[in-house]
Amino acid sequence: MSDAIAFVRERSEPLDPPPTLAGGAIAWARANLFSSFGSTLTTVAFIALALWLVPPLVRWATIDAVWAAPDGALCRQNQDGACWAFVAAKMDYLRYGSYPIAERWRVDAAEALGAALIVWLLWPTAPKRGWAALLFFVAYPFAAFVLLRGSPRFGLPMVDTILWGGVLVTLLTALVAIVFSLPLGVLLALGRRSRLPVVRLASVLFIEVMRGVPFITVLFMTNTMLPLFVPEAWTPDRLIRPLIGMALFSAAYMAEEVRGGLQLLPRGQYEGAMALGLNYPRMMGLVILPQALTMVIPGIVNNFVGLFMDTTLVSVVGVTDFLEAMNNAFKDPAWSGPTIMATGYVFAGLFYFAFCWGMARYSTHVERRLAAGRGR
Amino acid sequence: MTFFNDPRVRAVVYQGLLVAALGALLLGGVYNAYVNMQARGIPTGFGFWSQVAGFNINLHLIPYSAVSTYGQAFWVGLINTLLVAAIGIPLATLLGFAVGVARLSPNWLLSRSARIYTDVLRNTPLLLQLLFWYNAVLKALPGPRQSIALGGAVFLNNRGLYLPAPIPQAGAPWFVASMIAAVVLALLYRRRARIVQALTGAQSPSGRVALALVVGLPALAVVATDAPFDFEVATLSGFNLKGGVQVIPELAALVFGLVTFTAAFIAEIVRAGVQAVSRGQVEAAAALGLHRGLANRLVVVPQAMRLIVPPLTSQYLNLVKNSSLAVFVGYPDLVQIFAGTVLNQTQAAVQVMAITMGVYLALSLAVAAALNAYNARYALKER
Repeated sequence: MSDAIAFVRERSEPLDPPPTLAGGAIAWARANLFSSFGSTLTTVAFIALALWLVPPLVRWATIDAVWAAPDGALCRQNQDGACWAFVAAKMDYLRYGSYPIAERWRVDAAEALGAALIVWLLWPTAPKRGWAALLFFVAYPFAAFVLLRGSPRFGLPMVDTILWGGVLVTLLTALVAIVFSLPLGVLLALGRRSRLPVVRLASVLFIEVMRGVPFITVLFMTNTMLPLFVPEAWTPDRLIRPLIGMALFSAAYMAEEVRGGLQLLPRGQYEGAMALGLNYPRMMGLVILPQALTMVIPGIVNNFVGLFMDTTLVSVVGVTDFLEAMNNAFKDPAWSGPTIMATGYVFAGLFYFAFCWGMARYSTHVERRLAAGRGR
Repeated sequence: MTFFNDPRVRAVVYQGLLVAALGALLLGGVYNAYVNMQARGIPTGFGFWSQVAGFNINLHLIPYSAVSTYGQAFWVGLINTLLVAAIGIPLATLLGFAVGVARLSPNWLLSRSARIYTDVLRNTPLLLQLLFWYNAVLKALPGPRQSIALGGAVFLNNRGLYLPAPIPQAGAPWFVASMIAAVVLALLYRRRARIVQALTGAQSPSGRVALALVVGLPALAVVATDAPFDFEVATLSGFNLKGGVQVIPELAALVFGLVTFTAAFIAEIVRAGVQAVSRGQVEAAAALGLHRGLANRLVVVPQAMRLIVPPLTSQYLNLVKNSSLAVFVGYPDLVQIFAGTVLNQTQAAVQVMAITMGVYLALSLAVAAALNAYNARYALKER
């Protein structure tokens, strides 16, 4: 038997060297930049385009820009660079609008409080996030309203809403959109899936009408029609009217997101809850909604990104949000010049981009975490 | 108590309560509106429709002047809104598909650039983009005397975009007829080619034949009839350009902004649709011996289109709805004319808003119906 073995390898063969072009920068470039004739051509064209476009843009934003100036004269002389001095000079107006200078700490306090609550709410491993949700959705709106509007009882002078403006109004509108639209959206989504035909019809009608018309018409409607539909004495404040429009409009979009989550949930969850003898509110509150809402967090955040950008439209009914404050700032004759407008819009773009892109990244992050849980 | 535990009783009670609450809200609202409108002397009917509007509109495709009625102003606004949609939707589709395909390119620079494009445009407000194009770009262009000339026929200045105007000559009908004939012939040839392939398996070059027909026949018409169209190019006279087709800067900025913005969303839809086609499909196509072009055309694209079309149509609707931002750049669309000027002049808020929202709703419902028909035809049929 043992004679049958003719050859047994005692030492392993020496290893071949690794292929030189399988890893590293050169291999990467070959695979991703020069994989074919067309690809090479594209790469060369893009490099040429970048060399032509990027250096002037960078120069415009940095080297050639005016960073500090008492007024627009310097910016008018310098046509090739941005005028960041304009943004710096108008920063207070852009942040607070015409809010009285002595009271601006209240805006800062409200914003800081909100930011702290949002971080608590969104931090995945933070303790007691339920409390954060309760504070943010219930207590915070009241606290912020008292802080901003003023209350003689707490020794805070009243500030008329006509003075509010800038980033304050943008954030306020966004806050109202999220705080009111989410509960309202959940109700509408439940209504749309209800077995009661009247409830279903009312929800479908509201959702489809709101989603079928442009946001501007909703703003026009709440601005012009709301004062007609309530008794004269109850006419809502000029800032409240667009906020109502925002809440109603965003609720319809939230409802569709939540409905998606409800539809994704397997029937067994409903049946299990019913088998345990839970009634409708408990079944929804304890079993269905916690799961459905968690599943659609990315969708809700993405929706919110859209709503955050839609806040710019409130200026159509005469509310001074951040973008409108920027437009107003252009009208200052001391600061008028061709480069100033471009600078202002670029700055506003950076502001919105930072918020929206950050939220979009958060939503992808949550999506991945959720997917990891489901894949187990 | 057991009586109220009956689900049917509960259903009736709950719905009755909801109907009562909604009805009370509606009746109260209508009553208040009536009282308020009477008190402020606001018209409660649609009588304003045939009253003289008394304002001018700088872009109207149907006859309109300051002595026209509010009703005519409505039609002008509606047509202007549809004009933006008619120009914007094809352009946004083209750009969106191009960017979406670029996003899938194996070339890193190309896909990265496409990604930066979609990220930036999707994450900044459309209004900001429109204001930027209108105020910071178009308004900052040189005046008519220093127009930017593209190829000596297209001019761009701060009064708008000037395109050559085609003036039909004697041969124009022949040219149009030859185009129609080319399309019909190409379709007939494709039909025949399919029948032949189904019967015998022999393939015909229907793509190349169609191209030859569509290019060749009109070219033949041009040669035979000796220039069917004269092009009138805008020329400088005094302080302004005269002649040609003038695209007002408001329209140019609005269409440009809407197209670039919507294209970013369409690009994402196209990317997601193509990536959702499973790799197994591509591999199976390769195993059947189809080369990449054919595999894309016969296997990937048909399956991706099924995923792309529904969100694509909702983007088209978004474009139409977003065209209401015309208010901010002063383009006379439905919202700017009707919900803006007409509402302010007549004070008939309820009627005007109901009509305006009704128009957009009707558009949405029409598109939704068309989409449902498409889905019924192309949805995956499980047997």
